[in-house]
Amino acid sequence: MSITLKINGKEHTVDASPDTPLLWVLRDHLGLTGTKFGCGVAQCGACTVHVDGNTRRACVAPISGLEGKEIVTIEGVEGPEADAVREAWKEIDVPQCGYCQAGQIMSAIKLLEKKRDPSDEDIDLGMSGNICRCGTYMRIRKAIKQAAGDLG
Amino acid sequence: MKRRTILSSLVVFAVISALAVAGCDKQKNKQTTSQDAPLAAVNGMRSLQDFSSIKDDRERALAIYQEIDAVLSHPRCANCHPAGDTPYQGNIPKPHQPLVVRGEDNFGAPGMRCGTCHGEANFENVPGKPSWHLAPREMAWEGKTPGEICAQIKDPERNGGKTLAQLTEHMQHDALVSYGWEPPEHLEPVPGSQALFGQLFQAWVDAGAPCPPAEKTR
Repeated sequence: MSITLKINGKEHTVDASPDTPLLWVLRDHLGLTGTKFGCGVAQCGACTVHVDGNTRRACVAPISGLEGKEIVTIEGVEGPEADAVREAWKEIDVPQCGYCQAGQIMSAIKLLEKKRDPSDEDIDLGMSGNICRCGTYMRIRKAIKQAAGDLG
Repeated sequence: MKRRTILSSLVVFAVISALAVAGCDKQKNKQTTSQDAPLAAVNGMRSLQDFSSIKDDRERALAIYQEIDAVLSHPRCANCHPAGDTPYQGNIPKPHQPLVVRGEDNFGAPGMRCGTCHGEANFENVPGKPSWHLAPREMAWEGKTPGEICAQIKDPERNGGKTLAQLTEHMQHDALVSYGWEPPEHLEPVPGSQALFGQLFQAWVDAGAPCPPAEKTR
């Protein structure tokens, strides 16, 4: 069955079962491998994308519910929050192995869009679904605060 | 000749019987799907008829409320009516993992919304319905007796400003309420069906919606 999805501003028609999770379509059908497979059950946050302006775990989002929606992945995310996060991440050298970082960044961008000056608690609660097995949490928190400062 | 007559009679009888049975089945189906006809007991929930031996209206309504409370206090419903800011999950309620909080609008914290994981329908082990969110703080049921919850759901200050008629409509048709009967496979559904629950709720409202004493525990 073919379904048309709007991803990073561009329409893609894919031939896949309606219950295929978005993550599989991104990675296997479209080659957008920036979004990672972590746990496959919405427990780690590695596959976080944006759907209609909110964070969404792509591993549990069947494509049947995504037609006509605006999907943004790490490859296509843009805007002042995305720029500020990207710069802060580089400056502070946040990643260690890096595997979870695409998901961390996608969540951090949405947190900053909604909370311009997040407290430690705001960051902990907004990022609680993004797990980092290298334990870069302190650098993530620092980078989000730096990005918030840069956004003014 | 006589044998042929008997055979013919049997065939006619069989055809008439079959038509009659089909007619009965049709009637039965019609009754069980009707909004007004008493629905049969199902999935551990008693039917209206099971209460007909209780002659006193108030006593009957209080007995019916026990069925209503069995739904409201069930983990499928009560897990998202917490006393604090964090919902529970599972058949034996445990704090939601990963950590989530109600946030300013009961739909989660910025960056970690309910809809980040919960879609418009169940997906594998992840429950889903449109508009998945926590009940507002004033609708907390955790730790409350049946009588306390009963008083709460009738109180427009604590039920989203609903009249009893609107509350009945909510119980009978709300999509998020319907989740109670349609969880993913690994989770136990609430007793009964939404149709039967709605019928019992209507009967309880029609009888004046009496509440059990606040101090009476389950």
